[in-house]
Amino acid sequence: MGYSAKFKVWRGDDEGGALEDFDVDVNEGEVVLDIVHRLQATQAPDLAVRWNCKAGKCGSCSAEVNGKPRLMCMTRMSTFDPAETITITPMRTFPVIRDLVTDVSYNYTKARMVPAFAPPADLEPGDYRMAQVDVERSQEFRKCIECFLCNNTCHAVRDHEDNKDGFSGPRFLMRIAELDMHPLDTVDRRDVAVEDHGLGYCNITKCCTEVCPEHIHITDNALIPLKERVADKKYDPLFSVSSLFRKATGRDKAPETPKG
Amino acid sequence: MTELERHSYDVIVIGAGGAGLRAAIEARENGKRVAIICKSLFGKAHTVMAEGGIAAAMGNVNSNDNWQVHFRDTMRGGKFLNSWRMAELHAKEAPQRVWELETYGALFDRTKDGKISQRNFGGHEYPRLAHVGDRSGLELIRTLQQKIVSLQQEDFRASGDYESHIRVFSELTITRLLTNEGHMAGAFGYHRETGDLVLFQSPAVVLATGGIGKTFKVTSGSWEYTGDGHALAMRAGATTVNMEFIQFHPTGMVWPPSVKGILVTESVRGDGGILTNSEGKRFMFDYIPDVFKEKYATTPEEGDRWYTDPDNNRRPPELLPRDEVARAINSEVKAGRGTPHGGVFLDVSSRLPADVIRKKLPSMYHQFKELADVDITAEPMEVGPTCHYVMGGVEVEPDTEETRLPGLFAAGEVAGGLHGSNRLGGNSLSDLLVFGRRAGLGASEYVDRVGGAAPAVTDEMIAEAEAEALAPFGVEGGENPYTIHSELQETMNDLVGIIRTESEMQEALAKIEGYKERIRSVGVQGGRAFNPGWHLALDLKNMLLVAEAVAKAALERQESRGGHTRDDYPAMSPEWRQVNLICRSTGDAVELTRQPLSPMRGDLLDLFEVSELSKYLTESELPKGEH
Ligand SMILES: Cc1cc2nc3c(=O)[nH]c(=O)nc-3n(C[C@H](O)[C@H](O)[C@H](O)COP(=O)(O)OP(=O)(O)OC[C@H]3O[C@@H](n4cnc5c(N)ncnc54)[C@H](O)[C@@H]3O)c2cc1C
Ligand code: SF4
Ligand code: SF4
Ligand code: FES
Repeated sequence: MGYSAKFKVWRGDDEGGALEDFDVDVNEGEVVLDIVHRLQATQAPDLAVRWNCKAGKCGSCSAEVNGKPRLMCMTRMSTFDPAETITITPMRTFPVIRDLVTDVSYNYTKARMVPAFAPPADLEPGDYRMAQVDVERSQEFRKCIECFLCNNTCHAVRDHEDNKDGFSGPRFLMRIAELDMHPLDTVDRRDVAVEDHGLGYCNITKCCTEVCPEHIHITDNALIPLKERVADKKYDPLFSVSSLFRKATGRDKAPETPKG
Repeated sequence: MTELERHSYDVIVIGAGGAGLRAAIEARENGKRVAIICKSLFGKAHTVMAEGGIAAAMGNVNSNDNWQVHFRDTMRGGKFLNSWRMAELHAKEAPQRVWELETYGALFDRTKDGKISQRNFGGHEYPRLAHVGDRSGLELIRTLQQKIVSLQQEDFRASGDYESHIRVFSELTITRLLTNEGHMAGAFGYHRETGDLVLFQSPAVVLATGGIGKTFKVTSGSWEYTGDGHALAMRAGATTVNMEFIQFHPTGMVWPPSVKGILVTESVRGDGGILTNSEGKRFMFDYIPDVFKEKYATTPEEGDRWYTDPDNNRRPPELLPRDEVARAINSEVKAGRGTPHGGVFLDVSSRLPADVIRKKLPSMYHQFKELADVDITAEPMEVGPTCHYVMGGVEVEPDTEETRLPGLFAAGEVAGGLHGSNRLGGNSLSDLLVFGRRAGLGASEYVDRVGGAAPAVTDEMIAEAEAEALAPFGVEGGENPYTIHSELQETMNDLVGIIRTESEMQEALAKIEGYKERIRSVGVQGGRAFNPGWHLALDLKNMLLVAEAVAKAALERQESRGGHTRDDYPAMSPEWRQVNLICRSTGDAVELTRQPLSPMRGDLLDLFEVSELSKYLTESELPKGEH
C-alpha cells in the first residue's frame, strides 16, 4: 500500500531558511514523524527534529503540518490525500534553532515564575487526604505534556513578540489555575496571575484548547474560572465565590486528615 | 579553536529522568551545587512515558501489604538473583518516597477514604501501584521537575540567582567521563543545539542515563536509549553486572509497522484484560511454571473471581511476571496460533464497560484510536513482546550507589542489581526514587569526605575527548551511521532476543566485531549544529559496547532465568544463581568475569518458606533448622 508523497520541509537556522522539496515513500499506518525519520535515514541525515516517545506522551515533536500546530508523531499520513503536498514548518512563535527545532526556553522561564505548590506547614508526608472529586480538576491540567502547542498558537504571543515579556501563555496560566485548585495548596496566586503572567491578555478565543493534543479544556476549565476568581477578589478579598476553587473551603469538604 | 566552555560543580547528575532528578534534589538539600545534564529537553526523559504506576507497599487498598511482602515479590520476580540488600532498601523506603511526592504537589488517584489509590500489577501480591490513570510517569517526572523549580525559587530568594545551586543543562550529551588516578574528575560533552563542546569538573558524578532499548529493533524505548551510561561507566573503569537480563515486555503494539514495539501498559491486564490466541483460547493457563503453581488460578472462573475477591481466589495467569508472559506469547505465535500481524489478542472490550475503559486507560484508548484505528472499548488489541528494560547495569554498592570507580554513582535503569533477572512492573519508578535519593546522598557525602575540590583535568584529557567527539567529521564519504544502527538492531533482535542459543550468539558477536570495524569509518554530513547524524554516530559506539556486553554475558550464562532464556539450557540452575557476570571495558573489547553473589542475610531468608527457597537455592545455601 506504499506510495511516494511530496513533502516540503522548512530547513534553515536563525539566520534564515527555505522550504526544501522531497519525494519520499510512505507505508501503511505511518505518521508524519515516520516520514521525517525516513528523510533522515535516506536523504537528509542532518535534518534536525525533536522527538522521544513517538506516542503522544512526551510533547517533543511539535511542529506545524500544513500550517496547523500538531504533534508529528500523532499526525497520521492517512489523513492526507496521497496527491497532496505536505508542508512541515517549525512552530512559529518560538525562534528557530535549526530546521524543525525551535528555542522553547521562553516556556521554561515562565514556568519558573509560577509560585510553587505550598502545602500546610503542619501536614506530614503520608497524612495527605484528598477526595477523588477534589483532585480531578487539577488532574485534568496535569495531563499537560508540555508540547507548547497552545503557547505557540495563542495570538497574544504568536503575532506579538513584545507581549512575551508580560504574558506566559495558556500553558502557565493553566498551571496557576491547577495549583489554585489543588485541595491542599495554601498560596493565593491571583495577583501573580494578573501582574506577572498577563491573565488580562487572554480574551478567551479558545484557540489554545483547539490545538491541545491532550484535549484539555484549557479555556473553559482553567482560564475562565481563573478570570472569575480574580474578578471575585475585587469584590471580596477574603472569600472566593467561585465554586470551582475549593481552596478556601475545600479542606473541610475533603475527608478528614488525621494527625500523627 | 574557540575557548572551551567550562563549568564546575560539587555534583553533576547525568540524566533528568526520575532517578537523576531525585538525586539532584537530594544533593541540593545537602547543600551541594548541582548540574543536571540531559540529552532532551527538561521533562522529556523516558520516565515521562511510564504508564502503570509506582510500586510501594503503603497498604492503602489491602492493609495486609507491607515491606516484607513487597520484598518477597521482588525477589521472586527476579528469581532470587537480585541484590537482596537493594531489594530490602527498596521495599522499605518506597512508601516514604511516594508520600514525599505528595509534598511536592503530586496528585495521585485516590481511594474512597482519600488516600493514594493502588492498583494490581503482575507479580505483586496486593494492589500496590500508586498511579494517575495510565500516565503515572508523567506525574512523577513533572512533580520532580516542579520540585526542582521550587528549590530554584528558594535559591533565588536567598541569592538573587535561580541557578545558584541547581542548573539544568538540557540538550547536552556527555560523551566521556574524565578520571584522574582512578577518581572521578568530571565529564565532557557537546551541546546538541550548537555542537559546541563543554567540560564539567566535579568530584562526584551521578549516572542516571536510563536504558539500552535502541540496541534492539523492536523496542518501547526512544532515541535516548543508547546505553550511554553503561558505556561511559565501563570506559571510565567501572563495571556492569548481569547485562544478559533484558526484559521483553509481553505487550507491545505490533501493528501498524511504524508503531511496532510501542508499549501497551500492563494495567490493561491488571484491570481485567485477557490474552487469547487465534483460536480464542485464554492460553496463559497452559503456561504457569512450577515455581508459581500455587499462586495462580487454574481456571478462568477462579481468575475472574480474583478481581473482586482476591482473598479467596488466586490471580489469573495473565498477571504472571513479564518474562513468563512474553515467552508464552512467543510460543503461541511460533506454534501458528498468532494474530494476522504476528501477535496475540489482548482484550478488555469484553471485560469492562466502555466508559470504565476510557476512564482507567485513557492514554491506551487514545494511542490505539489515533495510531492503529482500533477502538479498544469495542475490539481486542494485537500485541507482542517488545524490548523494554535492562535489568543488568552498572554495578553499585547497595547503600550508597557508588560504583567501583570512586566518585561515580549510578541510579535508576542504568544501575544493576535490584531487579535480579526480571523486573516487576512498577518497581522501576520506585527504584528511581529510592536509589536516586540514595545516590544523591552518597555523592554528597563523598564530596564532603574528599573535601570538595575535583581532581585535575589535564589538557591531554581534554584533547583526547575532543578528538573522540569530533572524529566522525574527519571522515570523507564515510558510511552512514543509520545503516550500521539498523543492522545492529536487527542482529540483537534476531540473535540475542527473547530466546537464545549458543550458535546464534556467537554469530551475533562476530557481527558486532564487524560493526566495530565499520564504525571507524562512519562519516557525517552537515555541520555541528543540531545534527542528528553526528549524534547517532557517537551514540552508536555506546550501543556497540553495550551490545557486546549483553551478548557475551548471555553466551556465558548457561541456564534460563528471568529475562534470559536459552533454548540450549532451558532449566534454571541453582549453581548459576550464585554467579554474577561482571563486564569491564579493555579499551576495544569487553572482558567478562564471574563473581559470587553475596549470601542473603538470615532474617531475610526467614521471610520465605524453605520449600520455596529450595526451588532456587542450592542445598548448602538453604537455612538449617526449623521453619
Ligand atoms: C512505555 C514505558 C512504560 C513504562 N511504564 C512503567 C511503569 O508503569 N512503572 C515502572 O515502574 N516503570 C515503567 N517503565 C520503566 C521506567 O519508565 C524506566 O525504567 C524509568 O523511567 C527510567 O528512569 P531513569 O531515571 O533511570 O532514566 P530516564 O527517565 O530514561 O532518563 C534518562 C536520562 O538520561 C539522559 N541521558 C542519557 N544519556 C545521556 C548522555 N550521554 N548525556 C546526557 N544525558 C544523558 C537522558 O536525556 C534522560 O534525561 C516504563 C517504560 C516505558 C518505556
Ligand atoms: S483562550 Fe486565551 S490563552 Fe487561549 S488562545 Fe485564546 S487568548 Fe490565548
Ligand atoms: S496544555 Fe495542551 S497544548 Fe498546551 S502544552 Fe499542555 S498539552 Fe500542549
Ligand atoms: S514524540 Fe513524544 S509526543 Fe511526539
